[in-house]
Amino acid sequence: MDAIILQILNGLDKGSAYALIALGLTLIFGTLGVVNFAHGALFMIGAFCAVTLSRLFNLSHKVAVPGETDFLGNPLMRDQPYLYDIFGEATGAALIDWAVPLAILFSIPIMLFVGWAMERGLIKHFYKRPHADQILVTFGLAIVMQEIIKYYYGANPIPTPAPAAFTGSFDFGAMLGLDPNQIIYPYWRLVYFAFATVIIGAVFAFLQFTTFGMVVRAGMADRETVGLLGINIDKRFTIMFGIAAAVAGLAGVMYAPINSPNYHMGMDFLVLSFVVVVVGGMGSLPGAVLAGFLLGILESFASMSAVIDLIPGINQIIIYLVAIIILLTRPRGLMGRKGVMED
Amino acid sequence: MSKSNLTRRGVLKTGALGGAGLAVPTIFTASSVAAHTNEPTGSTVTLGFNVPQTGPYADEGADELRAYELAVEHLNGGGDGGMMSTFSSKALQGNGILGKKVEYVTGDTQTKSDAARASAKSMIEKDGAVMITGGSSSGVAVAVQALCQEAGIIFMAGLTHSNDTTGKDKRANGFRHFFNSYMSGAALAPVLEKMYGSDRKAYHLTADYNWGYTTEEAVKSSTEALGWETVNTVKTPLTQTDFSSYIAPVLQSGADVLVLNHYGGNMVNSLTNAVQFGLREKQVNGKNFEIVVPLYSRLMAKGAGANVKGIFGSTNWHWSLQDAGSKAFVNSFGTKYGFPPSQAAHTCYVQTLLYADAVERAGSFAPCAVAEALEGFEFDGLGNGKTLYRAEDHQCFKDVLVVKGKENPTSEFDLLEIVEVTPAAQVTYAPDHPQFSGGALGTCNNGA
Repeated sequence: MDAIILQILNGLDKGSAYALIALGLTLIFGTLGVVNFAHGALFMIGAFCAVTLSRLFNLSHKVAVPGETDFLGNPLMRDQPYLYDIFGEATGAALIDWAVPLAILFSIPIMLFVGWAMERGLIKHFYKRPHADQILVTFGLAIVMQEIIKYYYGANPIPTPAPAAFTGSFDFGAMLGLDPNQIIYPYWRLVYFAFATVIIGAVFAFLQFTTFGMVVRAGMADRETVGLLGINIDKRFTIMFGIAAAVAGLAGVMYAPINSPNYHMGMDFLVLSFVVVVVGGMGSLPGAVLAGFLLGILESFASMSAVIDLIPGINQIIIYLVAIIILLTRPRGLMGRKGVMED
Repeated sequence: MSKSNLTRRGVLKTGALGGAGLAVPTIFTASSVAAHTNEPTGSTVTLGFNVPQTGPYADEGADELRAYELAVEHLNGGGDGGMMSTFSSKALQGNGILGKKVEYVTGDTQTKSDAARASAKSMIEKDGAVMITGGSSSGVAVAVQALCQEAGIIFMAGLTHSNDTTGKDKRANGFRHFFNSYMSGAALAPVLEKMYGSDRKAYHLTADYNWGYTTEEAVKSSTEALGWETVNTVKTPLTQTDFSSYIAPVLQSGADVLVLNHYGGNMVNSLTNAVQFGLREKQVNGKNFEIVVPLYSRLMAKGAGANVKGIFGSTNWHWSLQDAGSKAFVNSFGTKYGFPPSQAAHTCYVQTLLYADAVERAGSFAPCAVAEALEGFEFDGLGNGKTLYRAEDHQCFKDVLVVKGKENPTSEFDLLEIVEVTPAAQVTYAPDHPQFSGGALGTCNNGA
C-alpha cells in the first residue's frame, strides 16, 4: 500500500512535466496546425533561464583569502558575488538562494519573445506545408537551439538548486499515522506539482473565461468563419504560440532543481510528450493533461522492482505499450475530436 | 597476326577477383614495402586522438584533448616537459618519437561505438595514424580496441572503467592505464567498512549496460565479503533522467546504504534525486543512511554540485596528489589552461607518454614491438606510484584513490578530497579472476 501511494505521488510529479509540455504542444497544434518538434527545446531554454539568472546573481569578483594558496601555489582567491556588495551578505545570499523561483519572472518575457521569434521568423512559412516538412524544420530548429546552449553552457549538467527552505522531504507516512520514512516525498517536487496545477488551471481559465480565449477557441473550431467575421485570427494564434512557449519555459524553470539542466533535456521529454499528445487526442487540451498524468503514473508503477521482476524491461516500454492499446481501441486518442489530422 | 586468348569467362573471372581485391578495406591489406600498418617513413609521426567532442561527454573529451595536446608539446620538446622529468624511464628526449616530430589528428567518438569506430578508421586510413587513443566510455573503448586489433594499430585506452576492456574483450593490441570496476570495489570496501561498519544493508541502482553490470558485481562481491547484505539490485535504463521512481522505494526496502552504479549524467541525476528525497538525513536500522558512488569524476561531481558532499567513491587520480609526477603535470596543465586537470586528462596524458616511451625503448613503431615493450613494464613517476603494465591482460596495476565529496570546497575544482590511497597490492587480482574471464588476448597484429 505504501509503495502504491508513493508511486502515485511520483506519477503525479512526472505527469506534471509531461502535461505542461504536452499542453503547449497541443495548443500549438490545435491553433496553428503545426507539429512543433522544437517544443522540448523551449522546455530546455526555460530551464536555462533559471541557470542564467542563477549565474547572473552569482557574478563575482575575486577576493584574496589570507594565508591560503591555490593548486599552483598562488594566493587563493575567493569569489565574492557582486550582490553581496550591493545588498549586503544576508540579502545577497537570499537572492542567490531564491534564484529559481525568481527566474519565473525573468523567463516569461524571454520565452514570449523566443516563441514570437520562432513563429514569425520560421514556422509561419510552413503553415501550408505538409506535416512532414513541419516536423523536419522544427526538429532541425531544436537541434540548432540545443547546440547553441551547449556552446555557451557546455555539455555537462549544471546544478541549479531549489531554495534551502525546500530541501528535504515531507513524510506523508508520519502524517497518515504510518511508520515514518515509508512515504516520503521531496518538498520541491510537491511544489512542482502544485505549480503545474496552477499553470494548467490558468491556461484553461484564460481560454474559457476571456474574450481572447473565446475567439481562439472559435478559431480552433472553425478558422475560416472567424476570419470572415473580420477577426485577425492569425495574430491571436501567434500570441497563443508565445503563450505555449512560455508554458513550456515555466515548466523548464521549475524543473531545473529536480534534475540539473543540460542541453539535451528537451529531447528527453520531446518524444514522451508527443506520445502524451497523441494518446490524449491531437489538439485536445484536456486530453493532453489527462494523458500526461495517466502516463506519468503508469511509468512510475512500471519502475517498481516487483513489476520489473515480473515483466523485465516493462519500465522502458510501458508508455508505448499503453499508447498502442489506446490507439487501437480509440484511434483518435482519449479525447480526440473527429476530423483532426484525418484529412 | 596475334591471337588473343581472351574469353568471356576469363574476363569475368579476372574482373571478379580484381573487384574482390579492391573491395577489401585498405587498412586490412599490407603494402608490399611497409613493415606494419602506417609505418612512418617521413620526418613526422601521426597519432590519432579519438575523444567525444560532441554529445554528453563533450566536456570530458575536451579535457582529454587538452591533455593530449600538452603531451604532444612535451614530446616535441616544448613547454616545461611535464611528467617527462619525473617518469622513471628516461628514453624520451623531447625530440619527438624516434626523432620524428609528433603530429596528431582528432576524431569525434560522440560516445557512440559506431561513430567512434568510423572516426578511428578514418584516422587510420586517411590520416595514417600509427596509434589510436582516447574515449570516455567502455562501449567505445571495446569497439575501437577491436578495430585497432584488426587494423594492426596500437590502442591506448582513455577513460574506460569496465572490467571487460581488459577482461573478456581484451586484445593484444590494446592497453589500459585507467583502473577498473574490480579495483573500485576492492579499494572502497575496506573504507566503507571502517566508516559504516560491517552490518549494512545495501540497495544497488545500476545503469543497464556493460559497465554498470561489472561495477555492481565488483562492489557487491567486495562488500558482501565484509558482511554487508545486498537487499536489492535494480537496473535503470541508460536514458533515464528522472530517477525518483527508482529511489522512492529504497527506504521501504529496509536498506541503509544506496550504491549508485551510475556514471555521467545518470550519476548526476540519480545522486541529485536521492539527496532531494532526503535520504541522507534519514535513520534506518538505527544508523545514518549513506550513499556510495563507486566511480567518481570531478567533472561529474561538478554537475551534482553540493549533493556530493560527504559521499564516498573511487577515482583513478586526483590533482591534489602531492607526488612529484602529479605536481609536475598539474603545474604544466594549470599553467597552460588555467585550471587543474581531470582524471580523464591524466590517464590520456600518461598513455601518450607510455606509448612514446615504449616505441623509443623498442626502437620501432611496429605494434608487436611496442606491445612487447609495454608488457610487464614497471614504471614510476606518472602520478600513481609504482605501476605495472601486466603482460597477461594489458592492465595497469597501481594505487587507487578512495575519495569523498568535500564539505567546504574552496573552488569549483576543489570538490573531492582523498580519503585513502589504496596500495596496488590490495587491488591486484589473478588474470583468470572470474570477473575477468571469458576472453583471450590473442596475438599482436602488425597489420602487414
